Amino acid sequence: MAEYKVQFEVFEGPLDLLLYLIKKEEVDIYEVNLTRLATQFIEYVEVMRMLDLEIAGEFLVMASTLMYIKSRELLPKEQQVQNVEEDDGEDPRWELIRQLVEYKKFKDAATQLQAREWEQEHTFPRLPIRPEEPAPSAPPRGEASLFDLINAVTEVLKRVGQREDLREIFEDKWSVSEKIEFLVKLTTEKASVKFSELFSGATSRAEVVCTFLALLELIRLRQLVCVQSSDFGEIEITRASSPPQPLIATDAPGQPNLS
Amino acid sequence: MELKFILEAILFSAQKPLNPRELRELLAAAAEHGEQAKPFKKTKEDAIVAALEELQKDHEAAQRSYRLACVAGAWQFASQPEFAPWIIALVGSKARPPRLSQPALETLAIIAYRQPLTRAEIEQIRGVAVDGVMQTLLERGLVEETGRAEVVGRPKTYGTTPIFLEYFGLRSLEDLPAADELRRIPVTKPEQLLTADPGLATTPPEQLALDDVESMESKPSPESPPPT
Repeated sequence: MAEYKVQFEVFEGPLDLLLYLIKKEEVDIYEVNLTRLATQFIEYVEVMRMLDLEIAGEFLVMASTLMYIKSRELLPKEQQVQNVEEDDGEDPRWELIRQLVEYKKFKDAATQLQAREWEQEHTFPRLPIRPEEPAPSAPPRGEASLFDLINAVTEVLKRVGQREDLREIFEDKWSVSEKIEFLVKLTTEKASVKFSELFSGATSRAEVVCTFLALLELIRLRQLVCVQSSDFGEIEITRASSPPQPLIATDAPGQPNLS
Repeated sequence: MELKFILEAILFSAQKPLNPRELRELLAAAAEHGEQAKPFKKTKEDAIVAALEELQKDHEAAQRSYRLACVAGAWQFASQPEFAPWIIALVGSKARPPRLSQPALETLAIIAYRQPLTRAEIEQIRGVAVDGVMQTLLERGLVEETGRAEVVGRPKTYGTTPIFLEYFGLRSLEDLPAADELRRIPVTKPEQLLTADPGLATTPPEQLALDDVESMESKPSPESPPPT
């Protein structure tokens, strides 16, 4: 099968490349010949260079570590540094092997997570139909429209605008992704959050805008639901009902990063 | 009546996953609605969890098309993954974000097993920068900031969220595969480390002339005892 493999694979990092080379050698990590590995590693880096691939700085650091290990071995034994074997932390060979073994275990763990991801994607929870005669039903509440939300945020912006001290220059220290985390956390802790509560701690217009964009993003991802019980009343934010879904990030539109 | 069957009936009709606390409250409330529910009025959460675990094993042993699943501490019945095609035909595909990339899964695994930890610690294990991947994980709500490390610069530390458990269908962090092993990876140093072949380094440098491959072939097999 190996013969049909594409000759060049793109690796995430230098450790991936090393593990790949070790796998090719069909030896245990502990038994690998590091001098040989160093030569192969540098060959790959050369090929990457030739193909004009962007080589991460980490590859060059690793290449130099490997060259150092190799060069030490080229010295006659009596000229080699004497105390290296006594202290684990000092032996670069051991440090590299330890790192490889550790990384390999996490790679394996990632594979197991991937299997669980697939399994979970194919597992469907039992969600029975709601009974015909509903228990004392909650008051009918409509989902707030985008206009309702913009209207509400305009009110908040007016308030914050008044508070802002215009004599000082404020550093923008908020980002939308940070605010997404904040909102997810807030709505996980509390069943329902009032719209105005989201901005109670906001100190600048930029922060309000960030929080608001984060809210819109979460609504778009169907993570949060905004309901307004009466026209132009207070908007309440709750987590979207089951099934629970993690956030989509990869297809998110370019977010303005205000940080 | 057995507690586990009562719990089975509740979960069979439940609208959402229920945790042991909610189940305990239900058992207490049920005493109002029937004489036979009274003995279970003061059931403790431990007993509920034990009964649920027993029920879970019963279903597993019966090899049914569904199982009792516990995700992030809450219990519900769910179909087995191999029946997905039929369920999808019935209710449609699950609304789920795209699957995670390999680097994202690796980074997530490191965070899951070693939390709380800093970005620098993650990068040390992966040997490569993780900025882009971390951004994705944070935006998907799978990881979050948990605080700051008590080291120079007080860097932020990260940990996984309940969404992480839900996404992978894990009961708790203890449910991670090989959790004990990966939290503290026991890497024992072998008796000898191979760089060049033993003895090779004792020869004068001018004879070394990069014949690694040749010397590798004459190397003793791994099974043979290390030369002393």
